[in-house]
Amino acid sequence: MATYIGRRLILLPVVAFGVTLLIFALLQFLAPEMRAAAFITNPNQLNALPAIIEKYGLDQPVHVQYWNWLREVARGNMGWSQTARQPVTQAIRSFFPATLELTVYSFVPIMLIGVWLGTAAAVHRDRLIDHISRVFSISFRSLPSFVWGLLILMVGYGRLNWFPPGRLSLEADLFVRSGAFRPYTGLMTVDALLNGELWIWGDAVRHLMGPVLTLTIISIALLVRITRSSMLEVLRQDYVRTARAKGLAERVVINVHARKNALIPVITLSSLTFVGLLGGVVITETIFNFPGIGRWGAFAAQQLDIPGVTGFAMFVAALTVLGNLAADILYAYFDPRVRLQ
Amino acid sequence: MGLFSTAARGVTANRARLLPWALALAALLVVALALPASRGRLVREPVAAAGFVLLALFVVGFWAVPSDFTRRMRKNPLSVVGFSIIVFFVAVAVLAPILAPPPPTSRNAYLIPQEGFGSDPRPPGPRHPFGTTEGQYDLYYGIVWGTRTAFRVSITVIAISVAVGLVLGGLAGYYGGRLDEVIMRLTDVFLAFPGLVLAVVVVAVLGRSLDNVMIAIAVVNWPTYARLLRGDILGIRSRDFVEAARALGASDVRIIFRHIIPNAIYPFLVFGSLDVGLIVITAAALSFLGLGAEVGYADWGMLINLSRNWILGAPGNPFAYWYVVVFPGAAIFLFVLGWNLLGDAFRDILDPRLRGAG
Repeated sequence: MATYIGRRLILLPVVAFGVTLLIFALLQFLAPEMRAAAFITNPNQLNALPAIIEKYGLDQPVHVQYWNWLREVARGNMGWSQTARQPVTQAIRSFFPATLELTVYSFVPIMLIGVWLGTAAAVHRDRLIDHISRVFSISFRSLPSFVWGLLILMVGYGRLNWFPPGRLSLEADLFVRSGAFRPYTGLMTVDALLNGELWIWGDAVRHLMGPVLTLTIISIALLVRITRSSMLEVLRQDYVRTARAKGLAERVVINVHARKNALIPVITLSSLTFVGLLGGVVITETIFNFPGIGRWGAFAAQQLDIPGVTGFAMFVAALTVLGNLAADILYAYFDPRVRLQ
Repeated sequence: MGLFSTAARGVTANRARLLPWALALAALLVVALALPASRGRLVREPVAAAGFVLLALFVVGFWAVPSDFTRRMRKNPLSVVGFSIIVFFVAVAVLAPILAPPPPTSRNAYLIPQEGFGSDPRPPGPRHPFGTTEGQYDLYYGIVWGTRTAFRVSITVIAISVAVGLVLGGLAGYYGGRLDEVIMRLTDVFLAFPGLVLAVVVVAVLGRSLDNVMIAIAVVNWPTYARLLRGDILGIRSRDFVEAARALGASDVRIIFRHIIPNAIYPFLVFGSLDVGLIVITAAALSFLGLGAEVGYADWGMLINLSRNWILGAPGNPFAYWYVVVFPGAAIFLFVLGWNLLGDAFRDILDPRLRGAG
């Protein structure tokens, strides 16, 4: 297992290097003055553009430029984001907690409901719950998140006024910024409880409902299908038949013998779900005007804020790579066959 | 002999089934030619009309000729639904100039005609069967021509991804070793981004246009194809018939193109058909974010983008502008649903391992 994880860890810097190379290669499609913008950390520097071109060697050969750029990125200087009106690194730090909150609150129900529904569909194969789960899963796999999100906004906010867009309502937002409220973590629901302000907590939860509902329902569909087919595969195995032949209760057979092994592919899938959520927040946050990195990334792309877009993409790529690594390690931990390879 | 006679009986049985469809098609043509309204359109667009007839003949022929494939499909009603939806959309795409004739002054049929520049969407009415969006773009026209856009985007993206995946995946799988390692790490790098995020970066860098959307999605997609083909080739490379070809002195190119690719291509195509839905969703998502088709271009994602300001309706009437999101949303949903149902059916039919598990 150590060699398996070791191999994964060796690949990590290779992929990270490749990611910076890919982003840098994409930057070469830009006009030179737009590339210069990647090194500007504050708007006053705009006047000194020729000096900046000189300083960062933008008139130098490509490999020298790449090295210079990489050095700046490694130092945490990814340029000035016009759309966020702050340096990219700082923008990521200020936008990410909102996205993290959204992702975590979506991830938990996705895994719980997805695994439960997938198992139930496999155990009661070709019965009512299986048909319901099949229709549910294929419908939501085919429904784009932006259509579903807009419909939720239309009904949940326009008609029912349950899930307003944004992260906080106006008065809550003013209170949070007033200094009487100390931001400990940046996660609004956690901070509200730490500050003992229940009404802020309620307000934050209300604003989270719409985006969470959008992300959850869209992402559950795939999980249900994979859990179901994995569970069906396991239920056909000889040891399940043996367990039944021993006279064990069906509940024990399903929960102890079958489900544990059926969940192995689901672990890998959970990292895919996490990656999917990171992509999904771009659309969802845009629809619900939720101030996380996804909305910022999309807005930066619309406004041609190149440092913003690339910084956003590299940050998300870093999270994705780490998520995949975590999945590989968990997989090796749970599946002895992988460990021994 | 016995086998032959069953097959022949099958054909006659199917010919009987064919007849009502052929009659219906003929009747449809006669009615369309008889009605003055549709006759003018048909005469003006003979290519589209001929295309539709060909399509109909092909579909009916496909169903009537007995094959293992159609027999399995008939057993699974959902796959028939998927197939019907796709045939419907192909028909709409082929018939677009007849269903929604572009105005005589239009230079590019994909640009949706605008009636005035009023900001508020207008509800469905006799002149605009699905209503208009903000800026008075006709929704019906946009959805009909958007079908062509959807097919164009998905076919282009799949063609590019398959071509790149075929070359790189083929090289990696066949030669192995260091080349394989390099190509696989390359796919790792591309797969280190969630698809939509990488696509957003590519479009932001290349500039906003539908062509760049297609390039962006192909950039996101090719690694999956390359990996798939590599895996298949690894399985096939050491099989006896490849060894035999090599022993006979066949060149690498000949072995790859004559022996390996024909044997690896099937799962590849299945994956392609499963992928159409995802490609169309991603393209529409980029247009929705304002990174794809220009405003006024017949594209479903663009139409939904135009609906965003009208989601909340008017005071006292929250669903006042329901049509701006429901019609284009339903078009995307049905299109993707059709491909997903068909893709599932393909997988069940062509992959015997999964048969019965679906």
